[in-house]
This record gives sequence, C-alpha cells and structure tokens, in this order.
Amino acid sequence: MFYVTMFFQYIGQYMKTRLEYRTDLVVEIFSDLLSQAINLVFILVVFGHTDLLNGWTRDEIIFIYGFFLVPYALFSAFFNIWDFNERYIVKGELDRILTRPVHSLFQVILERMELESLFGACTGLIVMFYAGSRLGLELSWYDPILFLLFVLGGALVYAGIFVMLACISFWADARTSIMPMMYNIGNYGRYPVDIYNKAIRFILTWILPFAFVGVYPAAFFLGREEWYSYSFLTPVIGLLFFFLSVLVWNKGVQKYSGAGN
Amino acid sequence: MGKYLEMIRIRFLMMLAYRTNYYTGILIYSINIGAYYFLWNAIYSGKSEIEGLSAVQMTTYVAVSWMARAFYFNNIDREMAMEIKEGKVAVELIRPYSYMVMKTMQGLGEGIFRLFFFSLPGMVIVALIFPMEFSGDAATWGLFGLSILLSFMINTQLNLLTGITTFFLYNNAGLIRAKRVIIELLSGLLLPISFFPLWAQDVMRFLPFQGISYIPSMIFTEGFTGQEALQGIFTQAVWVILLVFPVRLLWIAAKKRLVIQGG
Repeated sequence: MFYVTMFFQYIGQYMKTRLEYRTDLVVEIFSDLLSQAINLVFILVVFGHTDLLNGWTRDEIIFIYGFFLVPYALFSAFFNIWDFNERYIVKGELDRILTRPVHSLFQVILERMELESLFGACTGLIVMFYAGSRLGLELSWYDPILFLLFVLGGALVYAGIFVMLACISFWADARTSIMPMMYNIGNYGRYPVDIYNKAIRFILTWILPFAFVGVYPAAFFLGREEWYSYSFLTPVIGLLFFFLSVLVWNKGVQKYSGAGN
Repeated sequence: MGKYLEMIRIRFLMMLAYRTNYYTGILIYSINIGAYYFLWNAIYSGKSEIEGLSAVQMTTYVAVSWMARAFYFNNIDREMAMEIKEGKVAVELIRPYSYMVMKTMQGLGEGIFRLFFFSLPGMVIVALIFPMEFSGDAATWGLFGLSILLSFMINTQLNLLTGITTFFLYNNAGLIRAKRVIIELLSGLLLPISFFPLWAQDVMRFLPFQGISYIPSMIFTEGFTGQEALQGIFTQAVWVILLVFPVRLLWIAAKKRLVIQGG
C-alpha cells in the first residue's frame, strides 16, 4: 500500500515538472510518433515489392509491430535506466537512494520515468486494430485478458534484461556501451524470428528473449497455432527474467561500496 | 586556413584518446546491418533482383550506407545547442574565427577519425560475415570518395541549421531527434530511394536528403555508373552550394537575437 501511494506521489511530481515545459513535451511526443511512423513506412514500402515475408503477409507484420509498440512503451516509460551507471554510480546518487526506506530499484525507476512514452502504446493499439480489421481478426472474451498478460510479460522481458545490464555497474566501474547495443538487438524482435538463422533464433528465444516482446505473443492473436506454446510462455519468461534481475540487483546493492567522496 | 586545419587535427587527436568507445560502435552497426541482412534476404527470397539491385548488391548497399554514416554523422547540432544554452557561444563569437566554419572543421576531424577507426575496420568485419561485392574499378572508388565528402557537407549544413535553431527555441532536443529520424528514412539509409512509390520518389528528388546516403551508396554498389554517377555527384554539389544561403541567413538572424545572461 505504501508503495502505491509512493508511486502516485512520484507521478504527481513528474507531471508538475513536465508540464512546465510544454512545447518541449509536445515536440518529444511528436518525434516519438515520427519514428514509429517511419518504421511503418519501411514495412509498407518493402511490401510494395513482395507479397510475403517468409510466409507472413503485410498486415501480419504490421500487426506484430503494433503489438511490439505496447510492451515497449510500458518499458520505456518506467525502465529508463540506460544511463544508470553515469547517473547513479559515477555521481554517487545511489548513496542518497540507499538511505531511504523504499526498495532502491523502485526508487530509481520512479525517478527516471518518462510517462510521455506511454503514447507509444496508443499508437500500437491503433496500428493493431487497423491491421486486425484488415485481417478480419475477431475478438473473443479472453483476448483482452491474454493481451494484458502478454503485454506485461513482454515489458518484463525488456525490463529484466535492462535491469541486469544496469547491475553490471555494481561490479565493473567502467562505462560500457552495452545498453545502446541492446536497444539495437531488441529491434530484432519486431520481425518474425523465422527469418533469422537458427543461432540467432535460439538467442532471441532463450538468452536475450526479445522474441517474446513481438512475434511470439502476437502470433497468438494472429491465430498462428504453430507458435501457441511460445505465446503462452510469454508471461512466464517475463516473470522469470524480471525476478532474476531483481535478485541480481539485490546482490549488487550489497556489493555497492559508494563512489568515494 | 592554418587555424582551421589545426582544429581538424585537435578534434582527431581528441577522438583518438577515447577510441575504445568505438569498438562497441562497430559492433552496434554490425548488429544493425545483420538485422537488415536477414530482413532483405527474406524479402528477396525467390527474386533475383528488385529495382535493379540483386540481393548481394542490397547487402553491400546496407553495409556501405551504415559504414559511410559513421563518417558523415556527427553531433555538432547537439554540441551547438549545449554551447548556446551554457552561454559559451558568447566567448566563441569574440574569437578570431568563424563559429560555423569551426564547427564544420570539428565535425570533419571527427569524421576523418571515424573513417579510419570505424568505417574501414567495420567494413572489413562485415564483409567477412556477410556476402558482399566490391567494385574493382578505381573510378568507382574515386567517385565514391568524392560523393561521401559531399554527403558530409550536406549533413553538416543540416546539422548547423538545426543547431542554430537553439537560439530561437531554447530547447530543441526533440527537433534534433526528429531531424535524425527523418534523415534516416529520406536519405536512403534504411532503404534505397528507388524502392519508394513513384510519387514519393518525385518529391524526394527535390530534397537534399538523397545526397546524404542514397547517392554515395548507389555509386559504391554500382547501381549508378558512368553518367548517372556523375549526375548524382552534381546534384550533391548543387545542394552543398544551395544550403550555404539558409545557414548564413539563419546565423545572421540568430546573432541578432543572442541573449547573454551575465558574463
């Protein structure tokens, strides 16, 4: 309960600071929309030259991209920790966090949230409904529930991977560029994994399971039965990776010895 | 002139001091090239060529576009925004050189560094992983060299323009990001301009962006040869000259608006 009130307190403060610079906020949302539009344009242009991408139609690919946007928006709104090393370790900000009676990861997440990224989820839903109606997909009563489960699972997969990467800073001081690299690898999950070779497919499923953010869960709504078992694994993998990352985080915090004075 | 050459040299040495950052850069670009390699392979399955490019040419196109980007891409717009916000630009203005030329030279120093420590080794690495085709014709390489130099000029001028807008907008982080995304699509980095529908190609013909990535990459993959290649370079040169005017005009307007707080 305490954590819930904390959550809304932080959101209230966040709103105040963001609404102070409104034009910047609008431009930022606009540039987010723009980059999503550009990915869609890419898909549309490519399908001007081919009918099928390894057996997937244009609208199916668009649907997968739309689905991907929703968990990705959740992740980027709340797990904006790509600069954790510089911000919290090098500058010693983590000392401040650790003196407070709330779980450290929870505080870091709330301090760095970027709620405007949630607009991406709206874009994603619109894109999904557009593609879904063209494909003639029908909604069943259980679809919204599964959708929520899959979206949470996908967001947790992303969150788990990035929290684990942030934890590297507890052990190694050096600045690494692993974070931006991971964002690029994450893009592999936007397309059907069967276009990649076996090794990459294995990595995207079990080691850096980005496929669980896009194709696998989306395949369920597209009625691709051959992928169903993977679809239902989504929340499991999400919880597993996130749970692991929290364990690593707690270990890391114990190891943390401050940045000196 | 001597002082500008010195700026290139200093920036080059500065980059050299932090060169380890670039090894991961090569890896990131290779990951991107890999993603597009698989995607294009799936698109090409069964087709020998699309819009005059074969699958191997397409892989080469993607690889050379990304590696050339390492050369022409720079963050001088962000640096300018920073210097303007922090008020450092006031000191720059009283120094005996042109701020615009200084920024361009710094960008060039950075570009030359990345050409040798990023693009070239990166190209060797991706050529080992993915099937590619390199031209044996010295003329192609010469034209390509000239062409990416012009890409650098066009991209830098657009960066200067974006940077100067800080004087008017105060906070332009969003604009800088929007510009980067637009260039990625319209310059032909993500996919060749000849793949777009005809109406879109007609519009893009009148925009400077094709000169940033599409023209040099087409020359490199020999999608453009002879007359076509020369025409492409001519288009780039025209844009380099045309863009001088908006940069100068906006810069004059900006200097009039300059607000310095304290000193």
